[in-house]
Amino acid sequence: MQSLVGVIAGILVLILTVELLRRHALREKYAVLWLLISLIGVTFTVFPGVLTTVSEKLGFSLPSNLVFALAALVLLVVGMQLSLEVGRLEDRSQRLAEELALLRHDLEALRGDEQPEDDARD
Amino acid sequence: MDQRRADRALVVVPAWNESEVLPSVLAELRQHVPHLDVLVVDDGSTDGTTEIVRADGSAQVVTLPFNIGVGGAMRTGFLYAERHGYRAVVQVDADGQHDPADVLRLLEQVDAGLDVVIGARFAGVGDYHVGFLRRAAMRFLSVTVSRIAKAKLTDVTSGFRASSARAVGLFAREYPPEYLGDTVESLIVAGRAGLSIGQVPVQLRERRGGTPSQGVVKSIVYVGRAVLVLGLALIHSTRPRDED
Repeated sequence: MQSLVGVIAGILVLILTVELLRRHALREKYAVLWLLISLIGVTFTVFPGVLTTVSEKLGFSLPSNLVFALAALVLLVVGMQLSLEVGRLEDRSQRLAEELALLRHDLEALRGDEQPEDDARD
Repeated sequence: MDQRRADRALVVVPAWNESEVLPSVLAELRQHVPHLDVLVVDDGSTDGTTEIVRADGSAQVVTLPFNIGVGGAMRTGFLYAERHGYRAVVQVDADGQHDPADVLRLLEQVDAGLDVVIGARFAGVGDYHVGFLRRAAMRFLSVTVSRIAKAKLTDVTSGFRASSARAVGLFAREYPPEYLGDTVESLIVAGRAGLSIGQVPVQLRERRGGTPSQGVVKSIVYVGRAVLVLGLALIHSTRPRDED
């Protein structure tokens, strides 16, 4: 029963990832990570033996501990990656805002005597 | 390059909702440095700053679509100066704290060969009161930044400063847009790039617009952020170009 829930969850994540990719809603650079996670999840639930063997080899006293450790690690990496991306996007949008302001200034200078547009600001 | 501008300096006024005081700052600039071009960078103001500068007519105005902070506004100004070939940039705040009469004193030091000239409070002229904590933090920042910049600086958080063409070129690319980046970190960036930094004592005036940041909690937050910014600036590699 427990393994059935795991399989379903893993497959759902897999389907979701593929569907989002298909719709171009998810970029492939993020998708790789999620595909990997769901594949590992499905593997562990379909073949519980793999999980037991791996956790024994790595010295975990309980297989579930390995799962928790992996989950925490994955979330850490995902969170870090998102922070990086947000920072980069922020930097870019700021630079774009600067360029936009300068371009608008030049455009108005080019228009010369024409009235500056009032609808330039919202 | 515009040859007419190659021997001229540009006054950059970053302005965020200072429309009450801005016209008097512009008037004083007209009075004290009529031969300098003035660029107001409207940092996403919602009080009609752009329109006021246009109506005033003595300054150019560049309007940012949203508020990005003093650092970003100044970087816009440096970009403008670099592209139009100005030989120097002087930052004058829109809240009236910086006396336009001192602009030429800063520029004189640029002419004398310095790349970054700070209009410094605490440097013997005038009295400027701040709380104990904030003063201690400022002193700490000054000592540390002075060591990196290889110059004796007493007021590294002052926004009143002049930059040479070399500094303008550097700042147009690498002006740190984060908190305190426009003041403290930019000096470290300049010092690391081998630019010469100096200061001129100035008297700061009462700000006539906006609200000053005071209070114990705010001071503690300020100190914490300042130390963090400084620590990060010390371990920062050269700011990476965003070009992938």
